[in-house]
Amino acid sequence: MKHLLQQISRSGKFVAGFSIFATILLIVLIYPLVVPDPPLEIIGQGTFFEPGIYVNVYDSISAPHYTLNLDEAAEQRIASRFKAEDREAMRGWLVGSGMPESEIDIANTAQLLDQWFANFDPTTRLPGMTNADRNYYIRLNNSIQGLLSTEAAVIAQMNAETAVLEETGTVPQTAYVNVNQVANVRVLPLGTDNFGRDVLTQLVRATGVSLQIGFVAGIIATVIGLALGLVSGYVGGLVDDVIMFITNLFIVIPSFVLLILISFSIGQEQRGAITIAVVIGFTSWVWTARAVRSQVISLRNRDHVNLSKLSGHSIAHIIIRDILPYIASYVIMALILQISSGILAEAGLSILGLGPKTTDVPTLGLMMNWAMIYQAHILGKWWAYFPIIVTIALIAFSMNLMNTGLDQVFNPALRD
Amino acid sequence: MKGYRKYFLNKLLWFLVTLVAAFILNFILPRLMPGDPVAAIVSRLAQGMSNTAGIQAIYEQYAEQFGTNRPMYEQFLLYMRNVFQGDFGFSFSQYPRTVADVIRSSILWTIGLQFPAIIVGWLIGNSLGALAAYRRGSFDKVIMPISIFMSNLPAFGMAVVLLVIFGVSLRWFPTSGGYGFDLIPNFSLKFFWSVFVHYQLPFWSIVLITIGGQAIGMRSMAIYELNADYVKYSRFMGIKDRKIVRYVFRNAMLPQITGLALSVGTMVGGALVAEIIFSYPGLGSTILTAVLGQDYPLISATTLIITIMVLAANFAIEMVYGILDPRIKAAQAD
Repeated sequence: MKHLLQQISRSGKFVAGFSIFATILLIVLIYPLVVPDPPLEIIGQGTFFEPGIYVNVYDSISAPHYTLNLDEAAEQRIASRFKAEDREAMRGWLVGSGMPESEIDIANTAQLLDQWFANFDPTTRLPGMTNADRNYYIRLNNSIQGLLSTEAAVIAQMNAETAVLEETGTVPQTAYVNVNQVANVRVLPLGTDNFGRDVLTQLVRATGVSLQIGFVAGIIATVIGLALGLVSGYVGGLVDDVIMFITNLFIVIPSFVLLILISFSIGQEQRGAITIAVVIGFTSWVWTARAVRSQVISLRNRDHVNLSKLSGHSIAHIIIRDILPYIASYVIMALILQISSGILAEAGLSILGLGPKTTDVPTLGLMMNWAMIYQAHILGKWWAYFPIIVTIALIAFSMNLMNTGLDQVFNPALRD
Repeated sequence: MKGYRKYFLNKLLWFLVTLVAAFILNFILPRLMPGDPVAAIVSRLAQGMSNTAGIQAIYEQYAEQFGTNRPMYEQFLLYMRNVFQGDFGFSFSQYPRTVADVIRSSILWTIGLQFPAIIVGWLIGNSLGALAAYRRGSFDKVIMPISIFMSNLPAFGMAVVLLVIFGVSLRWFPTSGGYGFDLIPNFSLKFFWSVFVHYQLPFWSIVLITIGGQAIGMRSMAIYELNADYVKYSRFMGIKDRKIVRYVFRNAMLPQITGLALSVGTMVGGALVAEIIFSYPGLGSTILTAVLGQDYPLISATTLIITIMVLAANFAIEMVYGILDPRIKAAQAD
């Protein structure tokens, strides 16, 4: 045993896969202790807030202000408030007023502004320009002038009796707050989803639930497959024929179809995460059964098994003591693969709308389903779907690496 | 020839047996579930109705229509008869269309998309795997990790990634549908071009997923074969490398064909989900609308059709295998 563990720990692939998997598991276990919020709590009013640090505006007014004189501040402020449409519109005006298009670079804010102020004249009418267009350009010009002003913003409060605004303070353009001193700051590393829920919190919990589904499904599938394979392989005869008939049937009938049929028949109300896991487990045992059977058949007539038989041991004793240890390595590898395919099966089902019913916990498949329904991928909201795909791929990848690593330890012929 | 006929008949018999089993499962699974499906349908239809007698009347009407008030064996015979006549009843969610009509309009899209994609993916994957096993070195070191990673990406993940890169960012291909939404299916060049353009992303997403798994399988098969005695013997005989590779490829390919037969069901399952991501008008999207519309007859018929397609594909692959593997002819002739 000790020697075996040593060998396994020396297999680079297994160690890499195991570390990825352990990291995911640790995050799933530790994160809820740090951020105990319920994962499905709706915090954002609106859909798909971008990832970032959200600072409370109201609190930052009352937080201590510091003056920092930074050179690029004004330029960056103008650049960020200057929308792409505005730049396009300015180019349109400049070209219309006779400026060669090659001289205009709308990405260069300073140059564009210079050209604008040198050429813009609210009284000129360009050919083909409607009155609405003219008013638009005048408004645009005013707002650009406003952007360039260097005056401080005034903070005012409404007097409850007279309804007159009274100035309580000013915020100069050089005022800064320290984020640490603002009372309310919320970090949303992966933004919010279509319902305004924190994606990271949801993702971590969903990974946990999906792993549970994978484990339950994998263990059920492996136990059924192992039991049927052992009985069929060792007992043989009619029992073997019947079991193999059933196994061969279920190998060709796609399990995904059975999953759809069963999940739909169960109905939305009864479909919990664990129910789904059990259904997945019951539809995916065939491969294990077949492989275990063929291994048992090759072991059945070995000398040590015959010796055990001659000594009068019971069938159960022979199976457990003389056969099981020889196929244990294979069974563990099959279990690993079953877990990862269980997680994938749940995700596929959820995208079809047949995933578990949720009231308090999401699964990876459900998150993917929501992101797809709300077109996150078309709208370019990468944080709503990409982390989910990466998580699923990482789990499957780590499981597969562990599996290949174990395979190389147990079958020396495969080693490079 | 006699041996081959025996193999063929054996496989045909097995195909028919699995077909019957699939029929029975498709019939019996929904009926094994707790709860009365007719009651569930009626309770949805009769939402807001407070008249018990009225609800009862609706229930009886539906029970009569679905035949759930008859004994089980009679229901099964009825079901078999209807299915053989291509009669799957009416679709709930797309009433007054019949289920057969809904399926007829989507099945060709699925067949046209999935089978070429799986075959192309299988061919490319196996060639890459064999090449990686034979060349080893840096080619192997590059191809293998990529294949392992790709085979672990779920089919819908690959679909979304391709869609975002080539559909949304680069705008090379349309993001959804089977043809332009402004077109009516006809035999014009414009329509075929539209279908062709819409075909690319779903097709390549399935191909790429298939390549990964097949390349890994072929590589280990080929490595195993390269160490076999006949290869060493051929080398001692001074047979050209190229000829040896051909031997190896033929031998390593046989288990890969069996593998394809056994995994075609799983592949179709993944590809159905990929179809949904692209809103491709095939059976995957049909299942989605059926699930969303709680359309029981449509789900049941779609799952049956998919099963039959997979079984038929399986049968076809077994036939090809029978022709390619000389051992079958030899074994069956004894």
